[in-house]
Amino acid sequence: MNKLWLIIQREFLVRVKKKSFILTTLLTPLAFGLLMIVPPLIGGMGDNGSKRIAVLDESGIVMERDAGGKVIAPISDSKSLNFKAVTGPLSTLQKGYGEMGYDGIVYIPQVPNADAPVRAQYFSDGQLSLGDKRAIEDKIEKKFESRKIKDAGFDDKILEKFSADVALTQKQISVDEDGNIVEKEKKNGAEIATAMGFVMALIIYIILIVYGMQVMRSVMEEKMNRIVEVVISSVKPFQLMLGKILGVSAVGILQLTIWIILIPLVAVGAQLVFGVDPAQSQSMSGDLSAAEQEEVTEMAFGIVNSLAEQDWSFIIPVFLVYFLGGYFIYASLFAAVGSAVGDDLGESQTLTFPIMIPVILAISFMGPVIDNPDGSLAFWLSMIPFFSPILMPARLPFDPPLWEVLLSGGILIVSALFFIWLAGRIYRVGILMYGKKVSFKEIGKWLFSKE
Amino acid sequence: MSILTLENVVKNYDKHRAVDDVSFSVPKGSIYGLLGPNGAGKTSLIRIITTITRADSGQVYLDGEKLNTDHPGQIGYMPEERGLYKKMKVGEQLMYLAQLKGMSKAEAKKNLREWMEKFQILDWWDKKVEELSKGMQQKIQFVATVVHRPKLLILDEPFSGLDPINANLIKDEIYQLNQEGISIIFSTHRMEQVEEICEYITLINKGKNVLNGKVADVKQQFKQHVFSIGYGGELPAELEQEDLQNSRFTIQEHREQEILVKIDDDAASNALLQFLIQKGVHIRSFHEILPTLNEIFIRQVRG
Repeated sequence: MNKLWLIIQREFLVRVKKKSFILTTLLTPLAFGLLMIVPPLIGGMGDNGSKRIAVLDESGIVMERDAGGKVIAPISDSKSLNFKAVTGPLSTLQKGYGEMGYDGIVYIPQVPNADAPVRAQYFSDGQLSLGDKRAIEDKIEKKFESRKIKDAGFDDKILEKFSADVALTQKQISVDEDGNIVEKEKKNGAEIATAMGFVMALIIYIILIVYGMQVMRSVMEEKMNRIVEVVISSVKPFQLMLGKILGVSAVGILQLTIWIILIPLVAVGAQLVFGVDPAQSQSMSGDLSAAEQEEVTEMAFGIVNSLAEQDWSFIIPVFLVYFLGGYFIYASLFAAVGSAVGDDLGESQTLTFPIMIPVILAISFMGPVIDNPDGSLAFWLSMIPFFSPILMPARLPFDPPLWEVLLSGGILIVSALFFIWLAGRIYRVGILMYGKKVSFKEIGKWLFSKE
Repeated sequence: MSILTLENVVKNYDKHRAVDDVSFSVPKGSIYGLLGPNGAGKTSLIRIITTITRADSGQVYLDGEKLNTDHPGQIGYMPEERGLYKKMKVGEQLMYLAQLKGMSKAEAKKNLREWMEKFQILDWWDKKVEELSKGMQQKIQFVATVVHRPKLLILDEPFSGLDPINANLIKDEIYQLNQEGISIIFSTHRMEQVEEICEYITLINKGKNVLNGKVADVKQQFKQHVFSIGYGGELPAELEQEDLQNSRFTIQEHREQEILVKIDDDAASNALLQFLIQKGVHIRSFHEILPTLNEIFIRQVRG
């Protein structure tokens, strides 16, 4: 036990002290921060603040004027778009818009009536961003709509009275022993659950591959170095393998924890220092009207709310079980392969391929499983320990039945123990085997060979 | 008393029998040579003794006890293929290996400092192993092998890759450790080293134990009664004729003022000397030529 602890310590410290570990652990959150800061910053640079746009309205609907030619209802400005009604022949504007201080011209041709399709045009030496284009279209559309309403004999103020607000709230219910309906208080949006499912599955996927490979490389290195013979004259090969797997898992947990703490900190920091709102930087443009801003805020609030409503006291421990269970299964397989191959990289690729197949399959099943998280595909795949570490976390936000989680988790834990044992059998023979090309048949024999 | 006893040890790999009914015992405080050509089963045998693998049948006793999990801490093993963690610092690495052998942190540090001071390598403590030359790494490896003061030291080709100066340094340390009562098993196929260092040998060939015993006894056992005679002047012509008629003497080699004579019977050496003196040959030297271990080794392995 004491020796196992020594091995875990060494495996952990050697990795954590490496410059590459410190760099990736710290740079990943920074990269996240950069991802948040840079695109809006670059976007802002291109914009030079807000765009000044000349609006040449020949329809008289968008920039409505009174008898004296004064604009009485201009389209509203937004953060990045500034509109100014202009007159004059289009060609003059096209030649001189730059000198007049405009970034571009929106031209709305004459229309016979408000029902006719509107073919507005934008002239500029530059390009509109997708968001800006959509915003301009929106604003023109609104103007035409309200004109139509007026033409139909209504006051457009009256329209607001007709607008309806519908939301479909999901309530999960079950019937308890006394026959009462028990309602789970949950306003969990399916979108958020889907996103959460994907993120958790991806995290586990990345960890399985990255850290499993690390275990394999480290086993190969010890074998090639021949240090392994010195070490296993002091400890059992199984202890060395287990210590390595546990030590590397501790590195993974540490890295994950640092990221979970640092990434939100960097996000908040970026917001404070650069004034970048992460929610906003995700939308294509900063050009949102007050109402739209409100909508975004509401949505962000909804996400936070719905995340807060998740049953974290359930999800976190279960996630950890799947994270560790999956890691143990794959890391032991990687360790076994590492012990079998030695210094032939090509050979290691042939032998790692069968390990990668279930991982890749699991990832490709993720879509269908999340689409139908209570279906039979989801159920059966969750019972297979090669897939469940990736697919069960993806299902977790959809509240899978508890017995399924327990069953699948139980199968996973038992399989993880089995695979550690199995890998140990291969490992103890493999690390002492040199200069022999190994096949799966050969490895199969090792399983049953005596110590 | 013997430090290590093997009784009818057998080890099979797949269909190949690597160790076939090997028995021998290593007297306490001795330097014991484990000899054999490549692939004879030396490494398989050593792996059983160091508890890396287990014998299929037969028994191994260390200091009178059946081999158990406490024993690795009492054995020091330096494999033929040396290995250290390349990226680890020398000090950390040695501390790790010493602690794996069951030493406490403080004890390990104290012993390591002593050893490294002795080898004048204390200033390598914070260097990475990959920064050191191969000879330097060998010294580190030796320290790692002996730092926990094992009862039994197993050295597999300890001098390979060492320059003569460092080889001598290690050799002196081996003698020194042996003086302090540590028993040493020395596995090699370099016979001149065995002859120089070992008191006892076991010769393994094709997994079988073909020869056991004290080096001096083995040499006696395999001697072929060849005597070297140094003389002055002329050899009598009759000697050759006598030789032809009397099969008891065979001149194996005729050198400048020296002959090598093979006698059928050991006891006849006096008769030979008498005969030569009678014939008036001026004898300068007369001594028996014992076979070298190398010759015995080759004869046993081929035969």
